[in-house]
Amino acid sequence: MRRRPNYLAGAGSFVWLLLVGLPLYVLLAATLRTRQDYADNGPVSIPDSFTLDNYTGAFDSGFGRYFLNTLVVTACVVGLVLLLVPPLAYAIVRSRGRVTSAVFRLFLLGLAIPAQAVIVPMFYLISEAGLYDNLLGVILPTTAFCLPMSALILSGAMRDISPELFEAMTMDGATPRRMFFQLVVPLSRGGLSTIVVFSALQAWNGFLFPLVLTQSDATKVVTLGLYNFQTEHGIDIPGLLGAVVLSMVPVLLVYLFARRALVQGLMGVGGK
Amino acid sequence: MTTQTTSARPGFVWALPAAVFFALFAIVPLIMVAVLSFMSWDGISPPEFVGTDNWSRLADDPVMLNSVWLTLLLTALGVALQTPLSILLGVWAAGHQRNRAVLSVIYFIPLLLSATAVSVLWRALLDPNFGIPADATWLFGDGNLFGEQATAIGVLAFVSTWQFTPFHTLIYQGAARAVPQVLYQAAEVDGAGRYRQFFHITLPQLRTAMITSMILMIVGGLTTFETVLILTQGGPGTDTTISAYYMYDKAFKSFDYGTGSAIALALVVAATVVSLIVVRVSGYDKMRSSMEGVS
Repeated sequence: MRRRPNYLAGAGSFVWLLLVGLPLYVLLAATLRTRQDYADNGPVSIPDSFTLDNYTGAFDSGFGRYFLNTLVVTACVVGLVLLLVPPLAYAIVRSRGRVTSAVFRLFLLGLAIPAQAVIVPMFYLISEAGLYDNLLGVILPTTAFCLPMSALILSGAMRDISPELFEAMTMDGATPRRMFFQLVVPLSRGGLSTIVVFSALQAWNGFLFPLVLTQSDATKVVTLGLYNFQTEHGIDIPGLLGAVVLSMVPVLLVYLFARRALVQGLMGVGGK
Repeated sequence: MTTQTTSARPGFVWALPAAVFFALFAIVPLIMVAVLSFMSWDGISPPEFVGTDNWSRLADDPVMLNSVWLTLLLTALGVALQTPLSILLGVWAAGHQRNRAVLSVIYFIPLLLSATAVSVLWRALLDPNFGIPADATWLFGDGNLFGEQATAIGVLAFVSTWQFTPFHTLIYQGAARAVPQVLYQAAEVDGAGRYRQFFHITLPQLRTAMITSMILMIVGGLTTFETVLILTQGGPGTDTTISAYYMYDKAFKSFDYGTGSAIALALVVAATVVSLIVVRVSGYDKMRSSMEGVS
């Protein structure tokens, strides 16, 4: 049965495309214009100048450093998630114990805890631990808040491994440990890449923990850099937008290469 | 020989490192926030037990009451704007148009960006002197969008919608793909048109997705923070001071960590109630049991 094209829906989706695409275009165009051009002609005019000053300017105001800090935070968060979540998901999927099932429930409940809810005690704990204004103090809570969703995504992926494979390995006398490394990890590569992308995105975009738990320029991350740039040089809009674009570049690169893993992971959030 | 008895299964030890880590950095602070909400603490001198003082002060605080109302209003606006949009876009994206793949690459970009970047972007684009409103006075008048409560709230709702509609579109796209084609074929035989099919088949079949998505919108709405901090700073006055922002303001600007904790605890309770409903409705908690016989 051939279906007629749905013109109305097509038109609607086109409107949405404009709503998303136009601001992104204006953003990109603005960063390539001089401050004078932007101020004189406004954001939606045709650019009559071209410059890369807005990007170099961002680096001059410290963004190189912020990038490095964010990169360190992101790498450590992803590393910790990869260390903690696969064994957890394995236990959730394969263990029959009461304790494991209680742990699973704990993580499900954890999905509900917003970062704002714990920020005051976190500030206290991190200060007491001597980690205030230290990147480690940002890494630890950020990791903790990546765990529930990562556990959910990865255990979903591990459930798809056929039970016969476990049986076969059991027949061969394999221990749970061997099954984990030789069967579960290789077969859940898709889920693993999803949680890598997901937690990297969380860490890269994180704002509240760095805002409250760091202070000096030496520990500033990109999102905080943007926030400060706005409060300090709010009037230099092309410069500010240059910093916005820079903050997006790594995320968009990851998106280009890992679109499938990311979209699947996000769909998983909907309980599909 | 039954399969269950022969399988070598991992013990709870495998779950332990993650559980301990999570307890330390999420559950312990969660318990502490409850304790701190009954204490007075300025961040310097040791916390002091004050009973329900923080709570009773909040109950009489007009800014707090107003923030609850604003939080609910913004959340409701978010749901009202995003739900119809994301249903339509999701159902459309579930089809097989040729240009769909290209479009959906651009679609999801707002979702990838940090709330910080999105807020800074819109703050700049809507700047009263250098932004779009200055260029398009026929649409915006000469008013400052951030200078009045109604327009400031409008901007906040718009920016959240801009960022999160793609996410909810994904939920509906997945759900729309799962609708059995047989239903449409039967409807076609009965001569039902596209719009009847949409209202009588697609929409009812999306019910679960709709509940999940709305609940996620509500939790997201309750905990909006960066958008307000960057776009309006809670202002003009306290006109956009939602509860999460008020919590930050109390704790980290007025150094009244006890009252901040009380507001935070109220947020947790609200988010937990909603999320328990998510778990129930979406069947996350049943996922395990439904596989029990299989594994």
